[in-house]
This record gives sequence, structure tokens and C-alpha cells, in this order.
Amino acid sequence: MTDLALFATLVIMSRNLVEINKMSYSHENGRLVFQDIDMVIQQGKITAIMGPSGVGKTTLLRLIGGQLIPTHGVIKVADEIIHTLSRKALYQLRQRFGMLFQAGGLFTHLSVYENVAFPLHEHTVLSNDMIHSLVMMKLQMVGLRGVAQLMPGVLSGGMARRVALARAIVLDPELILYDEPFTGQDPISLGVLVRLIKTLNDDLGLTSVIVSHDVTKTMSIADDVYVIADSRIIAHGTPTEIARDRSAKLQQFIQGLPDGPVPFDYPACAIAEDLLGE
Amino acid sequence: MINALQSLGRMGLNRLKSLGQAGILLYRVLFCLPNIRKGFPLVVQQIYFEGVLSLSIIVVASLFIGMVLALQGYHTLAKFGALAQLGPLVALSVTRELGPVVTAILFAGRAGSAVTAEISLMKATEQLSSMEMMAVDPVRYVISPRFWGGLITVPMLTIIFNMVAIYGAYLVGVKWLGLDAGVFWSNMQSSVEWHSDVLNGLLKSLVFGAAVSWVAVTQGYFAAPSSAGIASATTRSVVYASLLVLGLDFIMTAMMIGAW
Repeated sequence: MTDLALFATLVIMSRNLVEINKMSYSHENGRLVFQDIDMVIQQGKITAIMGPSGVGKTTLLRLIGGQLIPTHGVIKVADEIIHTLSRKALYQLRQRFGMLFQAGGLFTHLSVYENVAFPLHEHTVLSNDMIHSLVMMKLQMVGLRGVAQLMPGVLSGGMARRVALARAIVLDPELILYDEPFTGQDPISLGVLVRLIKTLNDDLGLTSVIVSHDVTKTMSIADDVYVIADSRIIAHGTPTEIARDRSAKLQQFIQGLPDGPVPFDYPACAIAEDLLGE
Repeated sequence: MINALQSLGRMGLNRLKSLGQAGILLYRVLFCLPNIRKGFPLVVQQIYFEGVLSLSIIVVASLFIGMVLALQGYHTLAKFGALAQLGPLVALSVTRELGPVVTAILFAGRAGSAVTAEISLMKATEQLSSMEMMAVDPVRYVISPRFWGGLITVPMLTIIFNMVAIYGAYLVGVKWLGLDAGVFWSNMQSSVEWHSDVLNGLLKSLVFGAAVSWVAVTQGYFAAPSSAGIASATTRSVVYASLLVLGLDFIMTAMMIGAW
């Protein structure tokens, strides 16, 4: 590769696909979810967003996807401020990325084949033969070409998630958002999914954002890690840097310690009061 | 006292907010029309699921309603020597009121609840969110076909209801109780007016179809994504739709007979 081509490749690869600047978000009931967070997701990399349950990781994905509007701050996706786009422009932008939901989100009234073909039918004018070829290729990528005619209801959880992944990549998106992809998976499905996410990201030149609290599996494939707690980003860096960070709250999360800065006991009155009515 | 007022105020604001959300959804369904080529097959599919699969309950209910109407009418009219008016009694009752109202309420119970349950379950299993993130508007793909399917289906079901109910009345009045068939049909024909009875009845059924479908899709779309939320939304769909139909029936009847 010539020096100029290498330089161009490096420029493209280091471009920020998602930029979040001083973003704050509160639910309608007033509960603060994020306060002044800054985040960049670099193109071509796997970025992990981790944190305790209920901290707002899925909410962050919805903010990036434009399903929610931040209270303050700016979220840019592919150089567009996503929460200011018109409905038409937002939908055009969304065709450039895919999302894998925690529950899979497969359409239960359509077969596996029809589920994966759905974005192609809606957004392209390809012939049925071409659509068939594309669907089969994507199912082959996730190792499920043999279940094309089955209905989602008969699939195992891991298989359903892989079909949803095939559907998410069928339009060859630039960015894929994964919402808790490893939750509830058996060890074999887990290994398959981890390998698939890494392989697809590297082979297809995708940018991946994984929201998870499975520290081991996520850090094994992530290039960049953000850890969120108490409405803020408490740590950011490569998996090695995160593992070496000595902050107590981060170490409690990384090592899965039951007690620490996040206490085991939910705040309550003295036990004697509850037991003896004192 | 202040807390009670606050709760009342909060409840009122929440109700207004829900009504606003439902209104915006109705606006999007009515005025943001989908691509005809892609939307038409979806509407036809919904006409089948909501209309064709409701036929059995509509036919059976209308047959029995016609039969009971004739039976009750026969014994009441006999006291006044007015048996010849049985045909007009049945036809006018059915075409003006019973047909549109009972059809709409049965439709709300059978198809409306199914639509609400389906949409709310799709919401709970993140199918609607998946659709949004795939840049497919769930209002265009899911909500709109179900609304238009209901709107088109209810008048057709009302026509079937009217026909079967009148036939049921014929079976009881003529075949069983011995009223002369010629008297039954000729008096009915001379008493029922096309515009003020039949067409007004169908106009009512069109409005009821829109109302029931609107309530069903709204309750499903804004349901809480949990099993309790789905159950609650399905129940509310039937109750609200039924009450709305009865209220609209009164208003429309008052307007139609010039009492407004």
C-alpha cells in the first residue's frame, strides 16, 4: 500500500462515527439518567459500554439511535445531529445502521427468511432472486442457513439472536448497536456470538457498540471501553487500561464483588425495627 | 384536601396527555397515507383477520337477535292487533340501531381486543422498536393497515348483520308464528327508507368502525410493555370502544332525527 493510501485509510479508520458532547438525559418522571457525558465511538472499532444494571446503557443506545431526545447536549451520528433530524432524514440515516435488541425483536408472524429479507423488501427494489441470494449469504454468515423456513417461535434464544444479527447486517450497515447480546445465553451460544461480533466487525469493516454487563466476554473483543455509573462515565480506555484502573467502584464492577462502594444492602432501617417492631 | 386536588389535577393532565397522543396517532394514520403499492396488501390482510374471522360471531349473534326481536315484537304487537307491523319493527330497529351498534360492540370485543393485544405484544417484544431502527415506520406498517382494515370491515359486517337478523326474524315471525310472508315483506319494504334508515345506519357503522379501530390501535401502541400492561390495555380497548360507540350512537341519532 502506498503512503498516501495508508494515510487515507488511517484517516478513515480514526474518524468518529458517533460523538456525544456534554449530553444529559432525564426520564419524564424526572429521574436523572446521564449528566454531562462525553463519548466518541471510532469508526471500525468495537466500543463497549458497561455498567451496573439500571444505569441507563440501553437508554444510551436509544439516544444514539434517535429514539430518545437528550435533555441537554449534542449527539452526532455520522456527522448529523441525530435528535434534530426530520422523520424522513432520521429514517434515511437509520438505513446506515443496524441494531440487535436484547429480546431479539424478530417478527413472530414472519419466517426466518422473511425476517431477514424484510429490510431488503422495504428499502430496495432488488429482484426476488437477488433478495434470496443476499438473505442466504447473511444467514450463512451467522451459520443458520438451514433454518430459513422455520418460524421464530421454534428457535432457541441463541439462534433467534443470530437471526436478528443476520437481519441487522443485511443492508451492510456502517454501525451496529448491540443491546445486551450475551444475556441469557448458554456457553456455546455465547462463544458463537462473541466470535460472530468480532468477525463481522473486522471482515465487514463495521463499527460496533456493545452494551453489556458481561465483563469477561465484552472486554475480550472490545477495542475501547466506557464504564458508566451514577449518571457519569467513571472510566474510559482500552480493556488493559480498564483492568489496571485501581478505583474502588470500577474494581467492584470488573471483579463482581458483592459489596463495596455499591453496597450489598439497599438502604433500610435497622433490622431490629423490622423484626421486633421497635 | 390539597393532596386530593393535586391527584385529581395530575390525573386530569395524564388523561389529556393520553388524548393528545391518541389524536396525534389518528392524524398520522389519516393524513400520512402510506405507499399504496406496499400498504394495500397489508390492508387486505387485515380485512381478512378482522372481518372474515369475525363473521361467525356476527352471523350467529345477528340470527339470534333477529329471532328474539321477532318473538318479543310478535307478542307485544299482538295485544294491539298490529301484527302486520312486525316486519317494519324488525327492519327499522335493526337498520337504524341494532345493526350498527351491536356489530361495532361485537367487533370491539373480538377484533378490537385482538388488535390491541397484538400491537402491545409487538411493543413488549421490541418488534416495533426493531422496525423503527430498520427505518420502517411502525405507524405505516402496523398501525395504519389495522385501522383502515377495521374502518372498511365494520360497515360490511353491519350489512351482513342486518340481512341475517331480518332473516332470523322472518324464520320466527313467518315460519314459526305463522305471520303472512307477503304482509311481513311488503310492510317492511314500504316502511324502510333507503336514505334515512339504511344509509344513515351505514354511516353510523362507518363512524363506529373508525372509533373502535382508533381505540384499539391507540391502546395497543401506548400500552405498557409488560404482561400486566397488555392485559390492562386489552380490557380498556373493549370498554372504551364500547362506551364510545354508545355515546356516538346517541349523538348521531340526535343529529339524524333533527333533534340537535
